[in-house]
Amino acid sequence: MTLLAVEQVSSYYGDLQALHQVSIEVPEGETVAIIGANGAGKSTLLGMIAGLVRARSGAVTFDGRRIDNLASHERVRLGVSLVPEGRRVFPSLTVEENLLVGSHSKRRGTWDLEAVTELFPILGQLARRSAAVLSGGEQQALAIGRALMAQPRLLLLDEVSLGLAPVVVSQLYRALPRISEAGATVLLVEQNIDRALAASDRVYCLLKGRIVLAGRPQDLTRQHITSVYFGI
Amino acid sequence: MEWVNAVLQGALLGGVYALLATGLSLVFGVMRIVNLAQGDLTILAAFVAVSVVQLTGLGPIEALALVVPLMMGLGYVLQRGLLDHSLGRGVLPPVLVTFGLAIVIQNLLLSIYTADTRGLNAGAIETDSIRLSPEIAIGVLPLLTLIVAVAILVGLQLLLSRTGLGRALRATSDDAQTATLMGIDDRRMFAIAMAIALGTVAVAGVFLGIRTSFGPVDGPARLIFAFEAVIIGGLGSLWGTLIGGIMLGVAQGIGNQLGPAYPVLAGHLLFLLVLAFRPQGLFARRQERQS
Repeated sequence: MTLLAVEQVSSYYGDLQALHQVSIEVPEGETVAIIGANGAGKSTLLGMIAGLVRARSGAVTFDGRRIDNLASHERVRLGVSLVPEGRRVFPSLTVEENLLVGSHSKRRGTWDLEAVTELFPILGQLARRSAAVLSGGEQQALAIGRALMAQPRLLLLDEVSLGLAPVVVSQLYRALPRISEAGATVLLVEQNIDRALAASDRVYCLLKGRIVLAGRPQDLTRQHITSVYFGI
Repeated sequence: MEWVNAVLQGALLGGVYALLATGLSLVFGVMRIVNLAQGDLTILAAFVAVSVVQLTGLGPIEALALVVPLMMGLGYVLQRGLLDHSLGRGVLPPVLVTFGLAIVIQNLLLSIYTADTRGLNAGAIETDSIRLSPEIAIGVLPLLTLIVAVAILVGLQLLLSRTGLGRALRATSDDAQTATLMGIDDRRMFAIAMAIALGTVAVAGVFLGIRTSFGPVDGPARLIFAFEAVIIGGLGSLWGTLIGGIMLGVAQGIGNQLGPAYPVLAGHLLFLLVLAFRPQGLFARRQERQS
C-alpha cells in the first residue's frame, strides 16, 4: 500500500524553482532514500511533505488523503513527522522537555520516554541537561527521539549525518531498523550514497529539482548512480 | 528614617512595573513583537475597570474578576485578528501595527470617556497602613499590589516550567517553525501568550489606576516604565523582571524624597546607568536565544 504519494509537485525557494514536477511514492513499511548533490532540492522536498514549504502545483497524498493544504502542525497530527536539517533542538528546554514537546500532538502509539531512552540511552543519562549543551550527535539523537514521541507513521529524516563523525552516524543508523519495526515508514535524505543504499529499500536521485533516477538499491549500479548524481 | 520609608514605598510600587514588564517581555519572547501599544492597553484596562465599577457597583479590586478575562479575550482576538497578519515580514510591520494600535486606543478612549482624568476608588484600603515602627508605615494597598504581582509572577513561572502548555510556549519562543513540527499550532501559542500578557497588563492597569489618576493619553508614559523594568532586569527572566521593576520603583521613591520633580528622572537615570554599563540587563539569561 502506498503511504505517501507526491505527484507532479513544483515548489519554489524564494523566486528560485527548487522542485520541478517531482513525483515519488513511499510504500508503507519501507525505507526510502532520496539522494542528490548539494542544492538538488532534497531538503525542499522533505520540507514540502512536512508542510514547511508550499507546493505551488501538484498533489501530496498521505494515507489516501490530500495533505498539501494542511499546516505543518496538522500533518503531525496525522502522523507525518520531520527531523529537520541541522537538528533544531529547543535550546532553552532540557533534553526530557524536548522529548515531551514531541508528544504535544497526543497521538497514541508505542513511543514514550522509556522507549526512546532505550533506543538512545544517552538521552536518558542527559535527561536533565539543557539541550543547548549537547554534542552534535547527541542533538541528532534527541531530534530523532523527539520526532518519534509524535508516533509518526511517516518519519522524514533530513541529513542525519550532516557534520557528524562516521562512527556517530553509524550509531544513529543502527537505530533505523528498530524504528521501522515499531511501525514507522521512513523517508530519508542523505548525501552519502553508500549509507543511503545500505539503509533503504528504494532510492530516488534528485538533480537540480528533478527526479533523475529511481529504483531498488540492488538493481542500480554504482556507476549509474554516480553519473546521474553529478549530472554527467 | 524618611529614606527607609522612601525605599520601601518604591519597592512596593515595583511589583506593578514588574507586571507591566512581564507582559512586554512575554510578547517579545514568544512572538518577537515589540508591543508599543502596551502602555495604552494598560490605560484601556483601567478605563474598562471604570466602566465595570459603574455598571456593577463592585470595587475596583473585585472588578478584576471581570476586567482580567475581558482583557485576555481582547488579547487573543487582537493577536489572531490583527497582529498575526503583521508577522513574517521582518521586524518593522509589527512595530508599526502596534504603534497604530496605540493611537487608535488613545482616540477611542478620548471619544468614549472624554479627556477628563479618572481615578479608581478602592475605599478605605487606599489609606490603611501597617505601622512597622513609629516612623515607618507601609500602606496596605501598595503591599497588596506587590503581593499580587509576586503571586502572578510565581504562577506564570509555574505555568511556563511545569505544564505542557508552558513547554509548548517556550518551544515556540525558541523556534516557532520547529515547534509546528511537534504538532504545536504556533499561531494559537501566539494568541495565548498575548492573552496572558494582557491579563497581567489588566492587573497592573487597575492597581495603577487606584494609585494615581489617569487619562486617555497617559499610555506612552506607562510604556516607558515597562521598557525600563525589562531593560534593567534583563530579557527572558521573570525574576529579573521583578527585581528590575522593584529597582525602578526604589529609584523613583528616592527621587521623590529629593523633590517632587525627581521621581521620574531618577528612574530614567538608573535605566541609563544600566544601559551604559550592563546593556544586557542585570539578570539576563546567559545563553543567547536563537532568533
